[in-house]
Amino acid sequence: MATTVHEPPKHDLERLPSQGSGNGGWRNLVPADGDLPRVKDHAPPPASTGIWVGLAAITMTFAAFTSALVVRQGAAPDWQHITLPSILYFNTLLIIASSVTLEISRRRVAAFMGGIKDRAANPARWLYITLALGVLFVAGQTFAWVQLKSQGFGLATNVSYSFFYVLTVAHALHLLGGLGGLVRVIAKLHNSVLRRSTLDATSRYWHFMGVLWVYLLFLLWMKL
Amino acid sequence: MAKIFAVVIILIAIASAVPIVMHWWPMPQDISVHGTLIDEQYADTMLEAGISFLASQFLLAFFIWKFSAPKPGERVKNFPGGAAGLVAAAFLLVGTEVLALGVFGTKAWASVYLTPPAANAMPVQVQAGQFAFYFRYPGPDGKFGPLHADQISEANANFFGLDTTHDQDSKDDIVAAELAIPVNREIHLLMHSKDVGHSFYVPELRIQQDFVPGLDVTVHFTATKIGKYEIVCTQLCGLGHYNMKAYLEVKSQEDYDAWIKQQAALQ
Amino acid sequence: MHDMSAHAVPHGAPTSFIRKHVFSLDHKVIGKQYYALALLAALIGMALSWIMRIHLGWGSFAIPGLHLLSSTGAPGNVLTPEYYLQLMTMHGTIMVFFVLTTAPFAAFGNFFLPIQTGAEDMPFPHFNMMSFWVTFVGFWVLIASFFVADGPTLGGWTQYAPLSAIGSVGGPGQGLGVVLWATSIAIFCVGQLFGSLNFITTTLDMRCKGMSLMRLPLTAWGWFITSVMGLTAFAVLMPACILLILDHVAGTSFFVASNLVINDQVLPHSGGSTLLWQHLFWFFGHPEVYIAIVPGMGIVSHVLITNMRKPMLSHRVLIYSMAALAVLSYMVYGHHMFVSGMNPISSLVFSFPTLVITIPSTIVVLMWLGSLYGSKLRINSASLFALGFVSMFISGGVSGFFLAQPSIDIMLHATYFVVGHFHLVMGVAAMFGIFAGTYFWFPKMTGRMMNETLGKAHFILSFIGAYCIFMPFHYLGIAGNVRRYQAFTDDYLIPLIPVHKFITVAALVTGFAQLIFVYNLIHSRFKGAIASDNPWQGTSLEWSTATPPPHNNFGDKMPVVYHDPYQYSVEGASADFIMQTSPEKINSPNEEK
Repeated sequence: MATTVHEPPKHDLERLPSQGSGNGGWRNLVPADGDLPRVKDHAPPPASTGIWVGLAAITMTFAAFTSALVVRQGAAPDWQHITLPSILYFNTLLIIASSVTLEISRRRVAAFMGGIKDRAANPARWLYITLALGVLFVAGQTFAWVQLKSQGFGLATNVSYSFFYVLTVAHALHLLGGLGGLVRVIAKLHNSVLRRSTLDATSRYWHFMGVLWVYLLFLLWMKL
Repeated sequence: MAKIFAVVIILIAIASAVPIVMHWWPMPQDISVHGTLIDEQYADTMLEAGISFLASQFLLAFFIWKFSAPKPGERVKNFPGGAAGLVAAAFLLVGTEVLALGVFGTKAWASVYLTPPAANAMPVQVQAGQFAFYFRYPGPDGKFGPLHADQISEANANFFGLDTTHDQDSKDDIVAAELAIPVNREIHLLMHSKDVGHSFYVPELRIQQDFVPGLDVTVHFTATKIGKYEIVCTQLCGLGHYNMKAYLEVKSQEDYDAWIKQQAALQ
Repeated sequence: MHDMSAHAVPHGAPTSFIRKHVFSLDHKVIGKQYYALALLAALIGMALSWIMRIHLGWGSFAIPGLHLLSSTGAPGNVLTPEYYLQLMTMHGTIMVFFVLTTAPFAAFGNFFLPIQTGAEDMPFPHFNMMSFWVTFVGFWVLIASFFVADGPTLGGWTQYAPLSAIGSVGGPGQGLGVVLWATSIAIFCVGQLFGSLNFITTTLDMRCKGMSLMRLPLTAWGWFITSVMGLTAFAVLMPACILLILDHVAGTSFFVASNLVINDQVLPHSGGSTLLWQHLFWFFGHPEVYIAIVPGMGIVSHVLITNMRKPMLSHRVLIYSMAALAVLSYMVYGHHMFVSGMNPISSLVFSFPTLVITIPSTIVVLMWLGSLYGSKLRINSASLFALGFVSMFISGGVSGFFLAQPSIDIMLHATYFVVGHFHLVMGVAAMFGIFAGTYFWFPKMTGRMMNETLGKAHFILSFIGAYCIFMPFHYLGIAGNVRRYQAFTDDYLIPLIPVHKFITVAALVTGFAQLIFVYNLIHSRFKGAIASDNPWQGTSLEWSTATPPPHNNFGDKMPVVYHDPYQYSVEGASADFIMQTSPEKINSPNEEK
């Protein structure tokens, strides 16, 4: 049977994993029951593996920043204490809320794709709310930077401020990537080409950004 | 081609060993107390590394020679003992070899870095800067005055940034551009960097230590042979790196006493 | 709401020139692009090494045209001390990042990993395309530093702070040159992270029917292990480069200590940690050595097996050894810092895993030697370079015995001994791996054979030449010759000058031998004999598809794998090699159950 890359594999039973490769790449391929909209997901799951690999790399990067912070703090007595701008705590609530709304949306899509529900109950609305919360978070972070800067605390004021800016900006940049992912998911949803693995991967990334932020806040609160 | 290649491997292996065995370019002579340990460790390692090197290159050449021209219909054979035997050999032979090297090498390392300097060791401060070393002796009071980075001035020859008008301890400090030390006396070298990373390397003394900007480190050693030796910088420190050097002068006690007196008069 | 075209590889065969050859999503084209970039980088790196070697042999020799590169760096075509250091820094950086990382890992890995796993492409083709183009930009950012006001940085490829962090007061090239360097490397890290992401996911998720992990060829294992190392190492180097750039352009004090004085001026930094940079750098830097060499181990094993007509003594032992090297590589990085001023106890702690890493290295060598025993060795350019790799890896490896010990490192640190050690083990050996891969896979990549006579001439000249260059480095180091010196003015170095002259001549000759390879490569690309689908009678999946492979790698029929990767000389089988896709039932002692 001819199967080329740009055609969907038409439930090709021959391509199911055989014995000896139970963890092969086609594990997610489910034979269709003829009802295409109910098929869970044709795609093999590289997106779900890939997202974990990507998160591992991001974890390494922030681990490197963390160890740099710890070493640098111990290297010289010039470390200054920072009072964190209180808006950061409000931002934390925003990002936690955004994880919740995204999860609601994801479950609705999952229930629909899994055939449990006939219609998805407007998952786009929750995605838009997530997006808005994310944008608000970035705006809140920007407010914190502007506020500190206006108080005369710049990047080079003291190394504790350097770390504050580096860590928060690095996190915000990664979060912008997540916002891009959300926009992509929404666009795909509107064009009815959203894959569940794409949504899952995007939401994992987003949740990770939340966890990472809570970790960073704790680190900054404890060390700065 | 295979046989030529095999012969080339053998010849290269032998040729590589010749300069080592013949001591064509030997290690500089050792003038330190702790150096013997390092040299012995080096000799042991050279023996083990040399044997490993020659044995594996010869084996490689022999196998290439022997197995590159199979007769028609010949079957492949497996190495007697298979993978398990070789893995066991690697663990037993190389494992014990490196473990032994590590354990015995610790002794040489400890003699330099893990033993504190003797109480009567003579303190000398060395400052490295782009691209010169300067040495400071504490003078009769035995105390080094504090350093003031903002008072460093090449033009006034105040290389360390000493404030001799205000700091009592600095008044009798002696600054020199060479490191003169008495023979058979332990030296406690306090290493300070003025600007970037540098290193203090005297091959004859079996000492190499980096300067860490912002963090003063120390080494201690005893020189046993009178003579003049070069101190070179081994940490890339800028365009004049290749030319950053000073001299170590190991003197008899009388010569040293005369020298330090003369230096004190020059300050 | 549902992806009707849901499939791993969402791209069809490209039709436009740009999608086909420039911004291609095809892993095979991306692999070739990486190869071309590595070749260009290698030629630039080699030219730089020639200039340095000529200068070290004959310091006042005028190299015609050199002033065109920099009129201040080479007035009257003779190198100045600072320009020597600048060229040296660029040589190291270009070679380590843009040759030794890109060629064996990114180039061959991109081309062959999906084919050997039986995939139609990598899972994230857009990331893959970005991986190359980001690396490409990184390369030109680095090259651009040749053309800025005071030239490229002179801080060495390790770019130790604070020299690298204090700006132009540190010397020529320490201003904009360092910023470009760090930017280039940070960009490069991003590119390699994208690549590693694809490599790992391809290996885990894109394998075809019947392709279990243990049925992957050793090359695929090499790339997989390397990509895990790359993911971890480059994710650490990138933040380090960002902090370095901030120290430079924003006046922060991550790496610059208080009260540093240059030209009688106190620098406006405070409290930074010199050793912090070294820790971050070497945490990347030591795995980088294995990133350069592990793909070579895979390629060499693969080439040797095909040409010995028998599998390795143990497939698993080789895989486990490579994995052990990868894990240990993170625990040994401190051996670069024995005399750096870090706690002397730490030096001892780092010394033991460094010594222990010789065990998996030895096992790999013994596997090669033991498998060679009783084989039916075919001699061709590819197998010669693979055997040359083994010889170089041994020679470069034994000098590790010395450098792993802090006590001996006191003598040998920062001398030519170290330079000889890493050039043999990660420079020459890795290059030989690249050459072995090129002679072996060129037919599959281009559809034409390379010229064997030229290949053998290239090999024998390179083999002898490389030893003539790098063995004497060890003698120089033992005699105390310090590295990164542009002249040998010290009294005790003067007797060593004849050795330097010998090395220079050897380097020039060996360099010219590489031009034979470049000629062979270009000539064979257009005029070489047409290659069959399986010219070496290999068994892995790249040999079961057409030459060169079609856009989706396997045409109409996706492969199904029935065998372990290396079923050569199986008793009672119909031929001396059983391809992985052959449904023939065999009774082989090497077949995993």
